[in-house]
Amino acid sequence: MDTQTIKQKQYLEQPKERISGSEAIVRCLLAEGVDILYGYPGGAIMPVYDELFKYQDKIHHVLTRHEQGATHAAQGYARISGKVGVAMATSGPGATNLITGIADAQIDSTPMVCITGQVPSHLLGSDAFQETDIVGISTPVTKWNHQITKASEIPEVIAKAFYIAKSGRPGPVLIDITKDAQFEEFDFQYKKCEGIRSYKPIPETNIESVKAAAELINNAKKPMIIWGQGVILGKAEEEFKAVIDKTGIPSAWTIMGASAIPTSHPLNIGMVGMHGNYAPNVLTNECDVLIAIGMRFDDRVTGKLDEYATQAKVIHFEIDPAEIDKNVKTDVAVLGNAKESLELLLPLLNKNSHQEWLQKFKDLYAFEFEKVIKDDLHPTKEGLTMGEVLKEINIQSKGKAAIVSDVGQHQMIACRYAEFNETKSNITSGGLGTMGFALPAAIGAKMAAPEREVVAIIGDGGYQMTIQELGTIFQQKAAVKIVVLNNEFLGMVRQWQQLFFDKRYASTEMTNPDFITIAKGYYIDAKRVTKREDLANAVSEMMASKEAYFLEVCVEKENNVFPMVPSGASVSDIRLE
Amino acid sequence: MDIENKTYTISIYTENNIGLLNRVSAIFQRRRINIESLNISVSEIEGVSRFTIVVEMTEDQIKKIIGQIEKQIEVIKAYYHTDEETIYQESAMFKIKSDLLFEEREIQNIIKESNAQIVTVNRDFFVLEKSGRRHEIELLHRELSVFGILQFTRSGRIAVTKEPMQISQMLKAFNQ
Ligand SMILES: Cc1ncc(C[n+]2csc(CCOP(=O)(O)OP(=O)(O)O)c2C)c(N)n1
Repeated sequence: MDTQTIKQKQYLEQPKERISGSEAIVRCLLAEGVDILYGYPGGAIMPVYDELFKYQDKIHHVLTRHEQGATHAAQGYARISGKVGVAMATSGPGATNLITGIADAQIDSTPMVCITGQVPSHLLGSDAFQETDIVGISTPVTKWNHQITKASEIPEVIAKAFYIAKSGRPGPVLIDITKDAQFEEFDFQYKKCEGIRSYKPIPETNIESVKAAAELINNAKKPMIIWGQGVILGKAEEEFKAVIDKTGIPSAWTIMGASAIPTSHPLNIGMVGMHGNYAPNVLTNECDVLIAIGMRFDDRVTGKLDEYATQAKVIHFEIDPAEIDKNVKTDVAVLGNAKESLELLLPLLNKNSHQEWLQKFKDLYAFEFEKVIKDDLHPTKEGLTMGEVLKEINIQSKGKAAIVSDVGQHQMIACRYAEFNETKSNITSGGLGTMGFALPAAIGAKMAAPEREVVAIIGDGGYQMTIQELGTIFQQKAAVKIVVLNNEFLGMVRQWQQLFFDKRYASTEMTNPDFITIAKGYYIDAKRVTKREDLANAVSEMMASKEAYFLEVCVEKENNVFPMVPSGASVSDIRLE
Repeated sequence: MDIENKTYTISIYTENNIGLLNRVSAIFQRRRINIESLNISVSEIEGVSRFTIVVEMTEDQIKKIIGQIEKQIEVIKAYYHTDEETIYQESAMFKIKSDLLFEEREIQNIIKESNAQIVTVNRDFFVLEKSGRRHEIELLHRELSVFGILQFTRSGRIAVTKEPMQISQMLKAFNQ
C-alpha cells in the first residue's frame, strides 16, 4: 500500500463520535493547533460560543470590542507567529464588520480563517433577521470561502480552510456555517487536508530559470535587490542573507519586507516606494539588473510604470504565477517558494563585492541624511518630531521590539526609522492602508509572542478608529505599549493638501479628546509628553512597565514626511522637500 | 507585445462548486471587462465543469486574466484561444407565427437554405432552431425579421479546441 492509501485507511478506521456541528467546529480548531481566537458572539454563532465555554481550558477566546478588531488581532497574531489567525463572528452585521480585516489580510497575504454564523438553512435567501450574503460579499476579498449547511461537511471544509489559508501564497478564508448545521449531530472524524486537486500552492521551480537568473546576476555590474514579504512568508531569511552576503548586492525592501534582515546589515540600503529612501528609489533607474524577491511591484513601489527601471534586466522570484509580468515585465521569472529558489541559486552565484556601486547608495544616503534624516532624528527646532520618538524607542528597546504601525505619516516614519534586529518585527497594513489596524493588531502580536516587546505606533486619527480595543487590552491584560503621535491632524492627508491642494485643509483638523483620561478610564497607565526633555524618561518608563502602557507624544502639527515620490511620478523624481 | 483587441475564447475547467461563477465573473467585473458570452456546462470529465467565455481584449490583458482565473482554488486549468484555434458554435431559437410557415413560401426557402431545424409546430406558432457561427444566426435573424419574430434567443458560444487539452493527465497526476 502506498502512504496515501495507508493514511486513508487509518482515517477510516478512526473511531467516530457522535457530536454536534458546533462541537465539531471547536474540535477541528483544536486539531489544527488553534489555541487562541478572536471574536464577538451573537445569535447565529451562539452554539459555537457555548462549546467554546466548555473547551475554555484548551482554547482561549478573546472578546474584542468590534469584529474589525477581531480580524486585525488575528492578523497581528498571524504576522508575528507565522501561524493561521482565527476570527469569529455572528451573521449579518457581525460578518460584515469582518470585511475590512479580511480585505487587509488578502492584499497583504496574511493567513487567516474567519468563521461566521449564518441563519438556519431553511431561511437562507429570505432576508431573515441578521441575514447577509457574506459568501457573496467576501468573495472578492478572500482566497477562498464556503458556506456549510450540513454538520457532516464541517471537518472537511475546515481542514481545507486551514490548508488553503496557510499554503502557497497565504491569505484569508471565510467559512459561513448555518445555525442548523451547528446544532445537527453527526459522526465526527477529522483528517487534515493534504492537497486539493485543483490547487497547486507552490509552482515547480524551473532549474533553467534559476541558471538564467544566476548568469544575469554574475554578469551584472550594478545589480540591485528589492525584497518583499515573500522572504518572510517563505521563511527564507537565512537563504536570502546568504545570497546577498556572497554576492555583495545592495538590497532594498518594501514596507512588507521590512525586518527580514537586520536594519544594520551593511547591504541593507533602505526602503523603496513612495516614502522610501532616496538612494534605492533613484538608483532603481540606474541598476543594470533588478532582482525582485517575493515582492509584487505595487504601484506605491514603482511609481510611474513607464519610467520604472526600464534600463534594467528584471529577475522576479515569486510564488504566485499571476504576479509575473503583471506590472513590470520580467526577463527571467523564477517561480517557486523563495527559500527553495534561493537555495538553488546560491551555489550558482559567484562571490562578489560591488564596492563602487554600493558607495553610490552610501553617497546618496549621506545626501538624504543632510536634507531630511538629520532634522527628523536630531531636530533643533522646538516641536517634537515623529522621527525622534522612533529613535528613542530604538534606543530603549535595543531594536528588539516588534513595531506595529497604523496608517499615515507616523507609519512611514515608523517603517523608515524603526530598527529591526529580528525578522517578523514590522507589522503594518501595507496594501490596504487600513487606519485602525494597529491597536488590535498589536493585541494579537503580543499574544502570539508574549516574550517580545510590542510597540504600537499610531496617529491620533487611526487611534480613534479602533480605540475601543483598549477594553480588550485591559480585559486580556495584554501588555502592549501604545504610542500615539498626536499632531491634531489627519497628518498624511494634510500633507497632500499642503503639497497638492494649495493648503486647503478640508476636514483634516482633529479636535481630540483627553487621551490620557480615556486610557486611565480603561485602567491603563498613561503619560503625555509635550517637551523634548521629557521624552527619554517617558519612553523608558513605558518600556519598563510590565503592563500595557499608553504614551501620547504631542508632535509638531504640520511636519511632512520626505522623501516622497508624488503619485504618478517616476521613482527617480523623488522629492526631498 | 500585441496591443490589438481580438476575440478570445477562454476555456476553464473547474470543480463543480457553488459560488465559483461569482468568483470568475468578479475577475472580469473588477477590470471593467465586458463578457461577450458565457456558458457553463459539464465537460468530458466526470464532476468537472467547463466554462466557455468570450471576450475582446489584447493578448497582454488576457494573459493576466488567465493568471487571475487560475489562481482561484477550484479552477483546475484555464486556457485562451483565438477563433482560428477553436471550433465554435452558438445556438438560437426563433418563435414565429404558424400562418407564416404555410402562407409565405419564402419562409420555407429561408429555412431550407439556412439549415435551421423546426423544433415544433402547432396551430399558433412554430419554433426554429439554428446552430452555427454568429453571422449565420444574424443573417437568419435579419431574413426572418421581415416577417415578424415573436421571440428570439441566442446562447453563448461553446467551443472545442483543435489542440488537445491535457486535463485528464493533470488530474491523474494529482491522484498519484
Ligand atoms: C480606514 C481609512 N480611512 C481613510 C484613510 C485615508 N487616510 C490615509 S492616512 C490618513 C490620515 C491619518 O491620520 P492619523 O491617524 O492622525 O496619522 P498621521 O498621518 O497624522 O500620522 C487618512 C485619513 C485610510 N487610510 N484608512
